[in-house]
Amino acid sequence: MEALLNILNELHPEVDFETATGLIDDKVLDSFDIVTIVAEIDAEYDVQIPAVELTPENFNSAQALYALVERLMEE
Amino acid sequence: MQFTSVSFLLFAAVILLGYYALPKKARWCWLLAGSMFFYLMAGVEYLAFILLTAVSTYFAGLLMDKNLSKQEAYLAENKQILSREEKKEYKARIKSKNRIIMIVCLVINFAVLGLCKFLLVEPFSTMAQGTTLSFLTLGLPLGISFYMFQSMGYVVDIYRTTDKAEKNPLKLLLFVSYFPQLMQGPISRHADLAPQLVEGKAFDGKEFSFGLQRMLWGFFKKMVIADRIAAAVIALRGPQFTGVGFFLLTLFYAVQIYADFTGGIDMTIGLSQALGIKLEENFVRPFFSKNIAEYWRRWHITLGEWMKSYIFYPISVSQPMLKLSKKARSSMGNFGKRLPVYVASIATWLVTGIWHGITPNFILWGMMNCFVIVVSEELNPLYEKFHNRFGWKEKKWYGAFEILRMFLLMNLIRIVDLFPNVADYFRRMGSLVTTFNFQILWDGTLMKLGLSALDYGIILGGIVLMFCVSLYQEKKGSVREVLWNKPVLRYILVFVLLVIVLLMGSYGIGYNASDFIYNQF
Amino acid sequence: MKKKIALLLSALVLAGVILFCLQALLVPKYMVGKHKEGALISEYYDNAGNNDVIFIGDCEVYENFSPITMWEKYGITSYIRGSAQQLIWQSYYLMEETFQYETPKVMVFNVLSMKYDTPKATGDQSQREAYNRMTLDGMRWSKSKWDSIYASMTEEEKEKEAMYSYLLPLLRYHDRWSQLTAEDFKYWFKRDTVSDNGYLMQTGVKPLEDEHVERPLVNYDFGENSWYYLDKMTELCKSKGVQLVLIKAPALSPVWWPQWDAQIEEYAAENDLLYINMLEYQEEIGIDWSTDTYDTGLHLNVYGAEKAADWFGKVLQEQCGVPDRREDTQISALWAEKAEVYHNRKKEMEQNKE
Repeated sequence: MEALLNILNELHPEVDFETATGLIDDKVLDSFDIVTIVAEIDAEYDVQIPAVELTPENFNSAQALYALVERLMEE
Repeated sequence: MQFTSVSFLLFAAVILLGYYALPKKARWCWLLAGSMFFYLMAGVEYLAFILLTAVSTYFAGLLMDKNLSKQEAYLAENKQILSREEKKEYKARIKSKNRIIMIVCLVINFAVLGLCKFLLVEPFSTMAQGTTLSFLTLGLPLGISFYMFQSMGYVVDIYRTTDKAEKNPLKLLLFVSYFPQLMQGPISRHADLAPQLVEGKAFDGKEFSFGLQRMLWGFFKKMVIADRIAAAVIALRGPQFTGVGFFLLTLFYAVQIYADFTGGIDMTIGLSQALGIKLEENFVRPFFSKNIAEYWRRWHITLGEWMKSYIFYPISVSQPMLKLSKKARSSMGNFGKRLPVYVASIATWLVTGIWHGITPNFILWGMMNCFVIVVSEELNPLYEKFHNRFGWKEKKWYGAFEILRMFLLMNLIRIVDLFPNVADYFRRMGSLVTTFNFQILWDGTLMKLGLSALDYGIILGGIVLMFCVSLYQEKKGSVREVLWNKPVLRYILVFVLLVIVLLMGSYGIGYNASDFIYNQF
Repeated sequence: MKKKIALLLSALVLAGVILFCLQALLVPKYMVGKHKEGALISEYYDNAGNNDVIFIGDCEVYENFSPITMWEKYGITSYIRGSAQQLIWQSYYLMEETFQYETPKVMVFNVLSMKYDTPKATGDQSQREAYNRMTLDGMRWSKSKWDSIYASMTEEEKEKEAMYSYLLPLLRYHDRWSQLTAEDFKYWFKRDTVSDNGYLMQTGVKPLEDEHVERPLVNYDFGENSWYYLDKMTELCKSKGVQLVLIKAPALSPVWWPQWDAQIEEYAAENDLLYINMLEYQEEIGIDWSTDTYDTGLHLNVYGAEKAADWFGKVLQEQCGVPDRREDTQISALWAEKAEVYHNRKKEMEQNKE
């Protein structure tokens, strides 16, 4: 989780990712950010997030994103 | 059948009346019949194209769905026996089967689309040479670019298992051919649109009224502004217009395409709303954007969404791309990390350009958009520093400056639509910095573009009205909602707008008093 | 809910009334100046019912015959259903429509329009959408009007769905709002009568100077469509028991070619019709081209039209047996009024000229 927060913070230092819950809905993250995050997660966790998982629900908060990573790691 | 024709109005009236007169269960059949009729009016020969898409999409969806059900049954049946790996393997096998089905369907359809575009299509640049420039005729056969993208989105969604396949072929045909959005989008997702189409909505007076009001607003934009200014856009494309003349062309074209396209979408969404069907917004006041990336999130939104879901993301997060990124980051640092984004952006904009037309200018158009978006993204840290230093970012005037900058820049990119001859485009762009022929603004040139002083007045008034409405929507919200509780005022405003469209709309033959004096032949 | 519906309904009614008034304001009135031709067709309906002779045709009928003169000299009641550049299919449908209102003894058709075959077939500037409007807008709604519009529409009109704009003229004249004049407000809801039983009076004099010369044609055969409608006229009159008389009015231009004359001659003989080419009787009629035309021989002025009417009235009475109605007191009273209007108009126009 901490590594994930680091990735996010590097992208948008001005956002408090621990509490934010509308990252997509409030247009904090754009599609460029999302792709960058996917690449970073791949580098960090060796988890490949497929395109079909790139939904607002999965990216709206750091918690949701972490849950996604955990789910994918299990599979 | 053009939206701005009496025939279409009568047709829409019949559709609305019939829709609410029929029992709810039968309403979708009525919509399907209407859609088929609408499509037939464009020409029987085109029916084959849309049927091809509908049939191939239907069977692709059905087959994939069958495989998935088989998988579910197999896994449930053998839950105890199979190991995790075996389950995974079985899933992968089904998936690759479905992938083949999907790819076959995509290839068939995109081959047809490509051939049509290559052989038949007049890209909308050439249409501007005619008397009416309109997105409505974008792509032959009627609406092929739109219904095909919408259908292919459906096929991919089934493959991804984010959507369920439609079992009833007629219901799928309705999704493919739903007439209000057939000609110019929006490109809807099956999961959002199809349930609404077949549901048979109950009559809601407010939605009905809102829908009709929105249609009228669309008629206003299209007939009073877009169709009127079209003459000047055509005239300004003449080779003699360089420098300030070219600048004017970019302005006029911005007004025309905005009024034409958003007006058409207003009619589409308005008519659907009157039917109780909520379509996705395709424009959210794009000219208030502060940069090109934002502009593309607010202009032709559903196309952008489609490109993002089915081109940009799949490429940028694909396995090879991630591998490439991993490799590149060690050698190229930050740039390497962003490599997937760049590659996917270029691919996406290439496809978007080709979607508009297979001519060099549309490829250039796509690449320019891509370039500006990527560069400004890369320059972001620099901007941040700059803003931290001067603190302008919070200032109102700086916001206005950004909007103006975006508007002018986008005008220069957009205008390449009209120049199939790319060299000509560059020549005119060059003239912007070499030719300062401001005198054309007052030496009478403006009066020779096919518009009278009165026309300019009407257009200007129209722009002011559009601007005020947009500003209100941006700051406060829905105009229709505010008027809903003031029926008398609402009736008056709607009637005034109707009279404005009737009297000031650019339609029909045009009155010239001297024609009515008999020349005594 | 009830209140809402009542409000909606009253708003709709009010909107309809306003739009109707707006339409009335925007349509051309054809009351003053040079474009009175457009008013001719609509004036018929107040004068329908008791005419023994109906003239149908283009400017060669409404400028060249004075019905008042025929009344005064022979007691013939007649009306001219003429309009600017009336094409032959329009003439046919006007004839058809006329039978809804009355059955005259004689139908007179001026054959000049045989030269125009189909809408715009000649590529000739003489056929225009505006002339269609001037002939068609004034007609009351009937199947004949509908058919006439269909037969008349130019390519541009078809493309622009002009049918709807015949039903709702607002759609045609919507952009006239910037060109409205005092005439439009004065005649918003009422009209003057510009003609005398369809005759549009001209008192000017512009003598014939040079002979009207036209290039010879490559082909003098009338078109198929023209014959088709002439046949239809012949059949229609036969079925109604009405005598159809074909005339070529005494006007020098457009040239009436001998080859055309021969074709009509032959047709008349075949169908047992009376055909009179009045150009051959100029001397007998007494036309003096230095005083009897207002446009160098294209049309007659009132002095010429009275002579032509005098001569033709005699033909109608002697050869077609059109009765003298002067004994009928009711008809006499009506026509006395018409004659008074006519003579006042003539006097006034003559004074204004000086």
